[in-house]
Amino acid sequence: MSITLKDVTYCYNQGTAMEVYALKNVNLFIPDGQFIGLIGHTGSGKSTLIQHLDGLVKATSGEIYYNDQNIYDENFSMKTLRAKVGLVFQYPEHQLFEVDVFTDVCFGPKNLGLPQEEIEKRAEESLKLVGLDRSYYKKSPFELSGGEKRRVAIAGVLAMEPEVLVLDEPTAGLDPRGRDDILDQIAFLQKERKITVVLVSHSMEDVAKYVDRIIVMNHGQAVYDGTVKEVFRHYKELEAIGLAAPQVTYLMHQLKEKGFAVDEDATTVEEAKESILRALGRK
Amino acid sequence: MRSITLGQYYPVESPIHKLDPRVKLAVTLIYVISLFFVEGFIGYLVAAVFMAVYIRMSNVPFSFIVRGLKPIIFLLLFSVVFNLFLTSGEVLVQFWIFRITREGVELAVFMAIRLILLIIGSSMMTYTTTPNQLTDGLEKSLGFLRKVNFPIHEISMMMSIALRFIPILVEETDKIMKAQTARGADFEEGSLIQRAKNLIPLLVPLFISAFRRATDLAMAMEARCYHGGDGRTKMKPLRYQHRDKVMYAMMACYLCVIAALRVVL
Repeated sequence: MSITLKDVTYCYNQGTAMEVYALKNVNLFIPDGQFIGLIGHTGSGKSTLIQHLDGLVKATSGEIYYNDQNIYDENFSMKTLRAKVGLVFQYPEHQLFEVDVFTDVCFGPKNLGLPQEEIEKRAEESLKLVGLDRSYYKKSPFELSGGEKRRVAIAGVLAMEPEVLVLDEPTAGLDPRGRDDILDQIAFLQKERKITVVLVSHSMEDVAKYVDRIIVMNHGQAVYDGTVKEVFRHYKELEAIGLAAPQVTYLMHQLKEKGFAVDEDATTVEEAKESILRALGRK
Repeated sequence: MRSITLGQYYPVESPIHKLDPRVKLAVTLIYVISLFFVEGFIGYLVAAVFMAVYIRMSNVPFSFIVRGLKPIIFLLLFSVVFNLFLTSGEVLVQFWIFRITREGVELAVFMAIRLILLIIGSSMMTYTTTPNQLTDGLEKSLGFLRKVNFPIHEISMMMSIALRFIPILVEETDKIMKAQTARGADFEEGSLIQRAKNLIPLLVPLFISAFRRATDLAMAMEARCYHGGDGRTKMKPLRYQHRDKVMYAMMACYLCVIAALRVVL
């Protein structure tokens, strides 16, 4: 299930004094089954970009193809697109509204027009995936903790069984444990169901740990697009646009400068450990 | 929802933007009242020219103001049609039960001009004044009400908070709407009852977020020792400048002309 963006441009308040370009000629190809990290400083156009993937905003110019079908074609059904592309917004817990957790998770699949049994089966499965057991089903979503609400909201999107899952900073405001839990579950799901995941994040460590490919946004343009190592090799340029490489990459660069034969492309602590041990063993 | 320009602030530099909000309140009030007293072609011409000069001085683009008239277009048509067909007098055109009279045409045209000037006149207030200035001006102008134990400070504080929350709630609505659309909700199709029901996933989170914001704001105000209007001073107290006096003088001239026209004609 591939998505292609062709020269996508989006402009807020077009034709007024407050005209702002949120996206400028973005070209992207998102193939099947990839885990993609989308990074960029605040206001770089990440959120606008992911809303385009779900057809929630219409590009000012340019085209978006979902499996070679232009989503702006008149006879293209946005409902089908939204069933295939699941979008988890920032602070998704603010969209909860039902009387209990289970009903809220059922909202998505119900809108897909599935039979009741299937809806319940999916809701159970996705609640299990985010680590909430049966004792939560009848609780009001408003009496849960922030982290639990976040899980319920994510389960609500997972229950639609999307082929492309887009998450806008799913871990913002969570404690380290909650963050790792959620990201681990998403990574597990990505491998298990072979779905495409687009993860928007401000944590370079998280991105380095989980994704296969990084897209860097700056002033509405995709400035870098490549594997984790390729992108973080540009750490100096990334700093210039308000981003950074993972901490451990800096450490590796410094070690290299001091004359250790380490791999400066290491982006996770695990990789760095291996590389340092190897370098020390060789010494 | 963003396309509604009526009641928005238009941020540009201009002598009108710099005026004391009390002056602008007075101008708006006097202008609106004067519109009900003008008569005949020349009277409306004077009122329209005054507004044109005022708009020109405010640097607010004319196209922006015209766009602000969109929401009242239906009301405008309604009043024009009724005045056109239901006024008795010298008949110009007649077909079946409809007849258009000379008086009807005149009344319809004047009514339309009056309505348009009314809307433009009062929206110029909000185009050129930030909500904060507006409530400051109101608080100061109506300050005498405190003498009769009317809580004018509290009311103006509530008003400025309410105004401040409008854009926030609009943005929030937009966000929740998108989030629920992404979960397959549909806000556009179905029967009226179905559509009302479909609004629940939008309204419940919206109310919850409004309450949450209200509690947060109350807490933040409490933390900064806010305790109402008694003994509270302003960082930038309102003081009349030279240009404010000029504007009052211009307004007096305008009133004289309108009054003179009414006496002469």
